Amino acid sequence: MVLGEWKKEQERATPPILEIENLGKRYAPGLPPVLEGLNLHMKAGELVTLLGPSGCGKTTTLRLIAGLETPDTGRVCINGREVTSPFLPPERRGVGLVFQDYALFPHLTVLGNVCFGLHTLPRAKRVVRARETLALVGLTVFENRYPHQLSGGQQQRVALARALAPRPALLLLDEPFSNLDAGLRHSTRQEVRAILRRSGMAALLVTHDQEEALAFSDRLVVMRSGHVEQVGTPHEVYAQPRTAFVANFLGRSNLLSGTAWGLQARTALGDVLLAEPAHGPVLVSVRPEHLAFARPGEDGVPVTILAREYKGHDVTYTVRLGQQELLVHDASDTIWPEGAGARVRVTRAARAVR
Amino acid sequence: MTPRRLPPALALPALLTALGVLLPLSYLVLRALGAQGEELREIVFRSRNLELLRNTLGLALGVLVAGTALALPLAYLAARTTFRPRRLLMLLGALPLALPGYVGAYALIAASGPGGTIEAATGINWPGPSGFWGALGVLTLFTFPYLFLNLHAALRTQDSALEDAARLLGRTPWQTFWAVTLPHLRPAWLAGSLLVTLHVLGDFSVVSLMRYPTFSAAIYQQYTAAYDRVYSAWLALMLLAVTGLTLWLEARLMRGVYLTRVSPGGARQLARFPLRGWAPLAWAFVLVLAGAALVVPLGTILYWLRLEQGPSALVGLLEATRSALGAAGLAAVTTTVLAFPLAYIGNRYAGRWARVTERVAYLGYATPPLAFALALIFFVLRSAPDLYQTFALLILAYTLHFVAEAIGPLRTSLGRATPRLEEAARVLGAPPGRTLWRITLPLMRPGLLVSAAFVFLSVLKELPLTLLLAPTGFETLSRNVWTYTEEAQYAAAAPYALVLAASGAVLTGLILRRER
Repeated sequence: MVLGEWKKEQERATPPILEIENLGKRYAPGLPPVLEGLNLHMKAGELVTLLGPSGCGKTTTLRLIAGLETPDTGRVCINGREVTSPFLPPERRGVGLVFQDYALFPHLTVLGNVCFGLHTLPRAKRVVRARETLALVGLTVFENRYPHQLSGGQQQRVALARALAPRPALLLLDEPFSNLDAGLRHSTRQEVRAILRRSGMAALLVTHDQEEALAFSDRLVVMRSGHVEQVGTPHEVYAQPRTAFVANFLGRSNLLSGTAWGLQARTALGDVLLAEPAHGPVLVSVRPEHLAFARPGEDGVPVTILAREYKGHDVTYTVRLGQQELLVHDASDTIWPEGAGARVRVTRAARAVR
Repeated sequence: MTPRRLPPALALPALLTALGVLLPLSYLVLRALGAQGEELREIVFRSRNLELLRNTLGLALGVLVAGTALALPLAYLAARTTFRPRRLLMLLGALPLALPGYVGAYALIAASGPGGTIEAATGINWPGPSGFWGALGVLTLFTFPYLFLNLHAALRTQDSALEDAARLLGRTPWQTFWAVTLPHLRPAWLAGSLLVTLHVLGDFSVVSLMRYPTFSAAIYQQYTAAYDRVYSAWLALMLLAVTGLTLWLEARLMRGVYLTRVSPGGARQLARFPLRGWAPLAWAFVLVLAGAALVVPLGTILYWLRLEQGPSALVGLLEATRSALGAAGLAAVTTTVLAFPLAYIGNRYAGRWARVTERVAYLGYATPPLAFALALIFFVLRSAPDLYQTFALLILAYTLHFVAEAIGPLRTSLGRATPRLEEAARVLGAPPGRTLWRITLPLMRPGLLVSAAFVFLSVLKELPLTLLLAPTGFETLSRNVWTYTEEAQYAAAAPYALVLAASGAVLTGLILRRER
């Protein structure tokens, strides 16, 4: 109890690392806004991900925070300091940015790249700090190489070291893993996450890869055409999608229309339990893993199996229910043939979404 | 960063360039309109104007046709056949640029006729070049590289899949060449043609030596002999009109050319056409061209160099070399500095302003140098007479005239210094100035060097601006070659021509190496 009070007190005392209020941006008058009324708060040491399809304004948000674009409306505060009016140029904002294509300076060595942001330090300290940071990403032996002599993963880590070296209050990462091949992407992501945790730095990651977003962040911000759709921990957002868009973008989902009364809804799958009460016509989201084939003796709605996608640890079936196609994840040993008839049932409370 | 508005630090140089070219030109119009009714009609409707127009257009067209006839086969040999050594072709296609037209004309005149080099060497009295054919020959030999370099680049980078597709669709190699290869050369040919035409329109030295009157030759004659200011202003305006027509025509022909590669083309090696039986013919072509464009001019210069030189010749040569190199060096720096903001705007800003800036830069280049020099003289005499015949005015004229030459390589190298890298530097705490100094400029170094080398070479060769604007007693290599050749003192002109040709060759070699 006492400890809890103290922690709350602490949180109130340290200002949020990033505060965004009502941020809006339009690239040309007449064009639809790329960003509208965006709000976001980040605590010290927090890892937050902006997730959304391409063109949803997530990269623009990052560039507005970094000072590479000027907002039309709203304000941005970094470490309690307002940076939008008067406009603070990027070199005075104290944020780090890892670019999607890394943007390593091709005419400087690895060490030169990492030292570039350290020009305010005395000369002797620069190299020491740069080597420390390179050690953090495990690249000290490459310090005299030029960027083109490094592999993609190594370049990625140099870009990270370069952004980390000046010890920014906030690190921005713009799809930093998208240029790596699948295997490398996974390990690099884990590594970067560990490095950020160790350094205690707050980081804002932009990605369109839902798996990356779920694995990387403490908090997830799902964006869609310039505004925030839902914010929460990865688990919250995945398990309790508030809109049909979130339900479909984060993982796959079966959306069924129905009529709700309280904790129940009548849909094509029969009467379904709802996690939260709702009334009237609703859209119900049922995850494929929350559908199962009924065993003999269990209730179920009859369906026809259309297609089977075998994935080793489980199987995804596409089944037809009336006019609608549904996805079912099945982890049991029984393999259903395509074209066969079966019965499915809902195993978990579903969510009514907008 | 996608800044909408042009920062004043960048807009100002563009504005000054535009003013520097347009103010004198508008003064030229004022000057031309200074004539009164009867006089005006007499000047404008002089029948000689029509003759000059016919000559000018005829020569430009002739040089274009003849230049293409030389450049296209040579470019094809270099880019698409098994001809070896390929480097010889590249040298042959580029080196004539190092030789100014008037040096070439001087050499060919000094080589032929009674007492010329050819008679001395072989005993045959070779007829001296003159008139239309003389001017055509010399101008073709020393401007065809503009076409060659453009066509060669286009031939070398063409997507080989297109030709393969044509062959698979049942066309013979010859039909494929006409139906696929040639149409793709149109943009390159137009770009090269524009340069050749501007060169021919602006040239007064070769046509004067060949006694073939064109607008430029007439302006020069008016300026030196008759000195009728109103008439020279009118001639300059007519020449400007012809230049404007050329530019319009080029833009018109360029419109609607969409040759962007639509398929994701790989960097496949182009198949080279095996020469086999054609080899002797190819060699004959190459050797005749090399003989006419390189061997005869150089041989002549060396031949005349053997003849006795005056005692003060060496002193004069050193003096002229020093002032020529000094002026060229200074102009190379000022021009590259002025070109940087213009290239930057062209590369980084989209929209109307970027396009206007680019046009502005080419304004000074397209304006025929004699017309420009005349306009500057009129303008300066009226508004700032103290500037007349000063070194500063000369450098200013060089800078405004050659700034377009410096822009090309700078724009290419700006492609290396991407906006993303500048943003990275800014986010890492470098203010704009430091970003420019530490990131943008170092990455652009190759482009900066090529730009400066281009301008250096051009200024070294430049004649009309130097003749009209240089301070009295300021002798350069080009000026001395011209003066002595005009007086038929071929031996006295030889050392200057040799130094000019040698420095030109060295610079051209350097540019070729850099650009590869």
